[in-house]
Amino acid sequence: MLRREGLSKLTGQERYVDDLPLEDFLWGATVRSPAPRGRISNIVFGDGVDWSEFVIVDHTDIPGRNAVYLMEYDQPALAPGYVRHVHEPVLLLAHPSREVARRALREVQVIVDVDPPALDFRSLPSPDLIQYGEDNVLKRLSIQKGDVERALAESPIVVEGVYETGAQEHVYLETQGMLAYLDDDVLVIKGSMQCPYYVVKALKPALNRSEEEIRVIQTPTGGGFGGKEEFPSMVALHAGLLALKSRVPVKLIYDRTEDMVATTKRHPSQIRHRTGVDENGHLIAQEIEVVMDGGAYVTLTPVVLSRAIIHAAGLYHCDNVRILGRAMFTNSVPYGAFRGFGNPQAHFAVERHMDVIADRLRMDPVELRRINMIRDGQTTATGQVIGDGVDRLQIVDRALALSNYERRRREHWLRNSEHRYLRRGIGMSAFYHGAGFTGSGEVMLDSRLHVEGHPDGKVQVLCASTEMGQGQITIFIQLAADRLGYDPAEISIAEPDTHRVPDSGPTVGSRTAMVVGRLVERACDDLCRQAGAARGAPVKDAIIAWHSAHPGERLLGKARYEPPPGIEWDEENYLGDAYGAFGWAAHVAEVEVDLRTYGVRVLDFVSVQDVGTVLNETLARGQVQGGVAQGISWALLEECVWKDGAMQNGQLTNYIIPTSGDLPPIRVEFVEFPYEHGAQGAKGVGELPLVGAAPAVLNAVAAATGRQPTEIPLTPERLMALLGNGDR
Amino acid sequence: MSVLLPGSLAEALGSLAADPDLVPMAGGTDLLVHWPQRTELHERSYLDLSGVEELRPHRWEADELVLGGLTTYWDIIEDRRAWNELPLLIDAARQVGSVQIQTRGSWAGNIVNASPAADGVPVLMAYDAVVVLDSTRGRSEVPLSGFYSGYKEMRRSPDELVTEIRVPRRAYDVQIFEKVGSRRAQAITKVGVAVTRSDAGWRVVANSVAPFVCRCPALERILEEGAAVGGPDDLLPGIREDVSPIDDIRSTAEYRENVLARLLYYDLLDLCPSFG
Ligand SMILES: Cc1cc2nc3c(=O)[nH]c(=O)nc-3n(C[C@H](O)[C@H](O)[C@H](O)COP(=O)(O)OP(=O)(O)OC[C@H]3O[C@@H](n4cnc5c(N)ncnc54)[C@H](O)[C@@H]3O)c2cc1C
Repeated sequence: MLRREGLSKLTGQERYVDDLPLEDFLWGATVRSPAPRGRISNIVFGDGVDWSEFVIVDHTDIPGRNAVYLMEYDQPALAPGYVRHVHEPVLLLAHPSREVARRALREVQVIVDVDPPALDFRSLPSPDLIQYGEDNVLKRLSIQKGDVERALAESPIVVEGVYETGAQEHVYLETQGMLAYLDDDVLVIKGSMQCPYYVVKALKPALNRSEEEIRVIQTPTGGGFGGKEEFPSMVALHAGLLALKSRVPVKLIYDRTEDMVATTKRHPSQIRHRTGVDENGHLIAQEIEVVMDGGAYVTLTPVVLSRAIIHAAGLYHCDNVRILGRAMFTNSVPYGAFRGFGNPQAHFAVERHMDVIADRLRMDPVELRRINMIRDGQTTATGQVIGDGVDRLQIVDRALALSNYERRRREHWLRNSEHRYLRRGIGMSAFYHGAGFTGSGEVMLDSRLHVEGHPDGKVQVLCASTEMGQGQITIFIQLAADRLGYDPAEISIAEPDTHRVPDSGPTVGSRTAMVVGRLVERACDDLCRQAGAARGAPVKDAIIAWHSAHPGERLLGKARYEPPPGIEWDEENYLGDAYGAFGWAAHVAEVEVDLRTYGVRVLDFVSVQDVGTVLNETLARGQVQGGVAQGISWALLEECVWKDGAMQNGQLTNYIIPTSGDLPPIRVEFVEFPYEHGAQGAKGVGELPLVGAAPAVLNAVAAATGRQPTEIPLTPERLMALLGNGDR
Repeated sequence: MSVLLPGSLAEALGSLAADPDLVPMAGGTDLLVHWPQRTELHERSYLDLSGVEELRPHRWEADELVLGGLTTYWDIIEDRRAWNELPLLIDAARQVGSVQIQTRGSWAGNIVNASPAADGVPVLMAYDAVVVLDSTRGRSEVPLSGFYSGYKEMRRSPDELVTEIRVPRRAYDVQIFEKVGSRRAQAITKVGVAVTRSDAGWRVVANSVAPFVCRCPALERILEEGAAVGGPDDLLPGIREDVSPIDDIRSTAEYRENVLARLLYYDLLDLCPSFG
């Protein structure tokens, strides 16, 4: 099936929030902190604009609690006199002219008495830097299995490594934007977002309004990648505050630079491995410490850390594992959700480390992975017994075969000894990703979904899941059409509008096709039951007949999340079944390093993925290629340059994302092991491909250069430092 | 903001003479980049050259290629003769921004914008190009290698337009252009170099390593003298004499210096039998 909204996007007809027709409205603008930490001693209004034309909102205008609520109430919507990061919102302005509003931003000066900022998450803070708890630790988590202490002591070989990853900006095509207005007493919010009900959840306590008095509508969204999971709540709240004060519609659209410097990013990490192995490469003990930069407020950091430590040991079996995780408070712009949610950091470290171990043992890195790869009946670090019947070795073998791994290795060896300055190498990674929310998360979400049969026989799916380019609309139509025996043209997806659709949970965590898609199927079944459709008879006829018997009534098929049987998770001790299903995959990357420029060019990329049943091959392939591209880019190009807690390169000329010329052909193959509790057997596909891309690329660089890079982005400048200036 | 749209060169020069604060605009690809942020640009007056037809075409004379004041990268990319005779123009043009920029951006705009990272300037300079400036006061001709005197400082008075760029036609046996950016397209150069050798001698021109694009006399001397060069590091003293790279948001001085040495060394080794 073709993407339902594809043509309107392709032809530019789709209307994003900034394109919506609107009259008599104000442009919102956000005045931000210039300093990373300190007391606001004064706010000076210059005389370059006429302030009487402006609506101005500060923290005293907030009717409820001054917080952007999701997990905690710690992050203010507007700084109440003290700031904790650069670009923290302090005031809101609104004016009929966008240009005047922009000019006004330059006329306001926020004066801060600066206190010393905590900016390095890797070192323990000195007393004057402590701002959260006793030690600036936002969250501590741990996993224990077996006896690591003893096992390490008894290991003949112990290999250590420290791996670091940098922040990553989402660079969705459409920047953050919201529109707010009053419709009688109801505050209507329209905008770019992944999770309409998260916005409701944040607005309720801050605005002191009930769910009936807040109506949130997702507009067509130009990309999210996690950047529109929690952050839109902040933009919505700001637009809402301005609209409530001015009683006029307010549009608040970030330009690219504001979006880049002031919104969340992927958590930087430092991950330490100490691994005990025997001479044959069997893993005896894994001791892992995961440290993340959380930034100035909690946001979703605890959950990101959780996912990181759960995956930190990789897809290997080991009897003795200890994983300690901590996320640090710093005076940086808060980090937040980003595709992979902590797992890319975890896998960068463990998959890079596997190659470092293989190098120490003078062993083939593929062989090292092969002998340790988890088999059905064995357990993960949390003690979850894997028994999904997936042939993980087949996935690896397929990736090696498709990439001509062995042949390329021999060719490179010959070529590298002859060429003056080009060095080629090939590297791989094997990895996994839990689909859906962790542990009992899905039960707590309690997702609901409706499928409505209309009098003309047409069907509409009502849910809060959102389309952001990944294909949710198309997949849901496909699932409903298959389940009901319908022509897809007679099925539509309702606009995500919290006054019309039930809360089917956030559109995050690779859960939409697998978890919410399953609700589509079950709600379709319920619809058939309600309509009294006999097995095998056309459902459409039954729906039409039902309506003639019940004029004026609504025919709704409903479904509510039910956990798959036998899942047990101990949140206290991080023990048990962390996820209902895992996606498994292997990547192989081939690179060429230019010793003149220290540039790394990825020549070829193969990805073999088990995402369960592939629902729509074109869309799934697009997800894999996009995820790999974003992963390669994180590995080689994307670097946030910081100065005193502020991002210096908030422009696409100097925050580098790849052009098509920077990417290799990305060859994708699916190996399907259906998951019985996912829609048609689907598991998550959105995040998995990004997870293993960076280590595959760096492993290839290691093969090409004979050096072990441990830090990304591996920019040419970093590679130069690693290789030294001398010739080789 | 006001925009004047002259229909002829004479009219354009007349307007500039009357108001030297006018900002000439060719493709606008430098001038308009920061338009949304820099509201002060909105208050200036512009002289849009797009209607001055006589500035657009380029022509081949017996001993030189003459680019017009509005000639774009694309105009040259489409010219087969340039591929054969002056291939570095093509190499550079094809690495400027993207096709959209190549079709709008002009060689003259690249010169007058005077960015140290400009990619059109090094190849023109390595070919000994001469900048032709016209005003109602008359004409002056300045070799491109002597055109700049400091960061964004050049020998052009506000009432002058670049109307021609003259590129001599010579036989070259070494021609190199390297652009190192942080990605393969749409990239601002971190370090770049153009090298030629003809009867007129060696030319080595580097960009993004000094306040303006410049020739490198010490390196040219090393090549001219045929001094022994055992490895890239042997070029570093010459490089340090010629240029003064800095650390900035895009790269480091150390990287720029080092990569310049390596590009020169390995490329000359590949292309020039007498080098080494
Ligand atoms: C996305 C993007 C990518 C880019 N990539 C590159 C790149 O890779 N390499 C590179 O070198 N540049 C690049 N540029 C910069 C720019 O495209 C080039 O410098 C281009 O050559 C400028 O030409 P223009 O005709 O657009 O100049 P304009 O913007 O019109 O003018 C530039 C300057 O020259 C003056 N001027 C123009 N014509 C004349 C004239 N005839 N006489 C006197 N003064 C004149 C103007 O007053 C102005 O000061 C890029 C720009 C963008 C937006």
